[in-house]
Amino acid sequence: MDFNLNEEQQMLADTVQRMVRDQYSFEKREGYYRSSDGFSPEFWQQLSELGITSVPVGADYEGFGGSGVENMLVMTELGRGLCLEPFLHSQIYAAGLVEQLGSSEQRRSLLPKVAAGEWRLAVADEEPGSHYDPESIACMAIPCDRGWRLEGSKRVVIGGDSAKFILVSAKIQDTDGVSVFLIDPEADGVTSQSYPCIDGPRACDLALNGVYVECDDLLGAPGKAAPALIYQRGRAGAAQCAEALGNMEEAFRLTLDYLKTRQQFGAPIGRFQSLQHRMADMRGELELARSMVILAACVADDPVSDERSRQLSAAKFVVARASQFIAEQAIQLHGGIGMTWEYSLAHHAKRLVMLAHQFGDDDFHLAQYSALLDLPRQVA
Amino acid sequence: MNIHFTPEEQAFRQEVQAFLRSNLPDDLARKVRLGRRLAKSDHQRWQKILSQQGWYAVNWPVEHGGTGWSVVQKHIFDEECAAAGAPRIVSFGVNMVAPVIIRFGTPAQKDYYLPRILSGEDWWCQGYSEPGAGSDLASLKTRAHRDGDHYVVNGQKTWTTLGQHANRIFCLVRTDPGAKKQEGISFLLIDMDTPGITVRPIITLDGEHEVNEVFFDNVRVPVENLVGEENRGWTCAKYLLTHERTGQAGIGLSKAALEQLKRIAMAETVRGRPLIEDPMFRARIAEVEMRLMAVEMSTLRILAATRDGGVPGAESSLLKIQGSEIRQAITNLMRKALGPNALPFLEHELEPDFDGDPLYQDYSAAPASQYFNMRKLSIYGGSNEIQKNIIAKMVLEL
Repeated sequence: MDFNLNEEQQMLADTVQRMVRDQYSFEKREGYYRSSDGFSPEFWQQLSELGITSVPVGADYEGFGGSGVENMLVMTELGRGLCLEPFLHSQIYAAGLVEQLGSSEQRRSLLPKVAAGEWRLAVADEEPGSHYDPESIACMAIPCDRGWRLEGSKRVVIGGDSAKFILVSAKIQDTDGVSVFLIDPEADGVTSQSYPCIDGPRACDLALNGVYVECDDLLGAPGKAAPALIYQRGRAGAAQCAEALGNMEEAFRLTLDYLKTRQQFGAPIGRFQSLQHRMADMRGELELARSMVILAACVADDPVSDERSRQLSAAKFVVARASQFIAEQAIQLHGGIGMTWEYSLAHHAKRLVMLAHQFGDDDFHLAQYSALLDLPRQVA
Repeated sequence: MNIHFTPEEQAFRQEVQAFLRSNLPDDLARKVRLGRRLAKSDHQRWQKILSQQGWYAVNWPVEHGGTGWSVVQKHIFDEECAAAGAPRIVSFGVNMVAPVIIRFGTPAQKDYYLPRILSGEDWWCQGYSEPGAGSDLASLKTRAHRDGDHYVVNGQKTWTTLGQHANRIFCLVRTDPGAKKQEGISFLLIDMDTPGITVRPIITLDGEHEVNEVFFDNVRVPVENLVGEENRGWTCAKYLLTHERTGQAGIGLSKAALEQLKRIAMAETVRGRPLIEDPMFRARIAEVEMRLMAVEMSTLRILAATRDGGVPGAESSLLKIQGSEIRQAITNLMRKALGPNALPFLEHELEPDFDGDPLYQDYSAAPASQYFNMRKLSIYGGSNEIQKNIIAKMVLEL
């Protein structure tokens, strides 16, 4: 048992923290949000120059080969800064899928460019009816001459409008297994509609009308991608928990400062016991969340097992509940100012609540955990 | 960063498991698992077994007969004992007054009291709370005035857990009524056989005689029974409270209770199927298990920090709150798992010597009583609200 970071890990955390602090003031973020890209290509460039974009990618593909712990450190800091870049979806989720499913040729052609930050990827796995279940999809791949034609629609592809390639999940016509295809968003038959999400990042919906995919652009064996999607959603979920932790710490810090400075009834409002106890409750939730972020980071790359699935679902559950609690309490303790667009806290609160809407919310993971509940051998 | 116990720690866990398998009497483990009340002799029997193994005084330094275990080993030991259904250790002697005596006591006090605690000859109880001094402990009024070689003690203590079994009590008494609240208090060791002491039972809402009132009427206590300096007893009290609070998360006990909850939910039926297959009830178990996982991870983080030389501070206040809430949540579900079968109040089935046939099931008599008994967790050892005050002051600096 060791919860300390080694020197290299501490340096990584410090580096990202410094970059975010210097480059990502709330005012700048507001500018990035309103820009045509919806994030900062310059910041992405810096992440790439310092090797941060390579952290999650395997060492065989010019990546750093970071573990769940390194991903945790990067994501915590990006979360603290409310960063809008699709780091998690491209570098951790999509790259992880390519690494797990792709042929060596596919990995060699894609991952070094991703590690270098030159190409970003996105994953299109949610649909109008999928609701966090990567197997409940209607998107179809119809076999054709030397490939497939994709038909269907994909929803809320985070980072999809700035991605070089998109990994699209679909079922091959008249079969039940899920496959993952690599498509170029510029390809014929792809219609993309882009929008900002309520918590900041940019996403798009895709309409796929007979999009031609070559044989070589199928990732993994036909119909066999579901386990990889589930496994990588676990890794991504763990990284997202870390993003939430950075967010929570910042929302907590802002609220504590506010309690010490805001005067009412002739005293700082932090003198009032009812507010102190709310703050203590928030601290309690924050520590539980931190514990689960660490647990998730340590097991994210473990081999598939019920134990790993339980731990990752428990992490998502505890972190989602803590995030929502801290978001709601932080707004309440700030009063009206916490409701305004111009104050960063409101954006942390939105992010904290809405993060649960990716990779499964607390209810989804409660059901997952419940299904995997470990039972004693003997009844009472 | 890694979350695994070391190979040595895992070997230690196996050693503890093996010891428990061959030394924990089945009848004791059964009583504990079913939530029966334990007799004084049950506690003493288990304590003797641990003492013989040298595993009773886990918190003491080796030179006084302790184990010298690391905090992680202690955690593993507690967890395995709870999982096996070992009776909980009654802390007042071995884990509360003993550390105070070791830290603040005279050589004579150490030589006299510590071996008697180890051997089980002495059973200690705690004289802290008073009718007018609960969360506000420092407002205690029990008075001790000096008369030659003695203190003369007058006053009343309350909520004295298992005082009916005790032959000794450690007390906070006011020796300087003129001083400021915390400054006029002293820490006294008192023989329960001294004339003038009366113990009266308080029956709690679950029907159990677990706590007592203790009255002091001109009780003469030799001055050599003072621990530390006169009027400096608050220092001892605070030191003791930190010992009381560590381990209060009760991870092992909650895990054991959760196992029993699952077993009950597998045995009880709803609409002709095992309750554990009811999606709603199953999800409620899942929810509490996930939270317990988080509290366990927090505990391990604190243990690792303590092992590396850190001092557990206000984190233990958070763990006390979270640990007590989880155990209460588990006993709540255990009660609900029984449905109408939780209603019959069959006290004789809870008694230590009950060996008849239960009216319904052997597991069904205790859960409702235990649910009510466990309300104490968020009240004692510094109520959960007091813990929040501590966090607000010490951590948040509000």
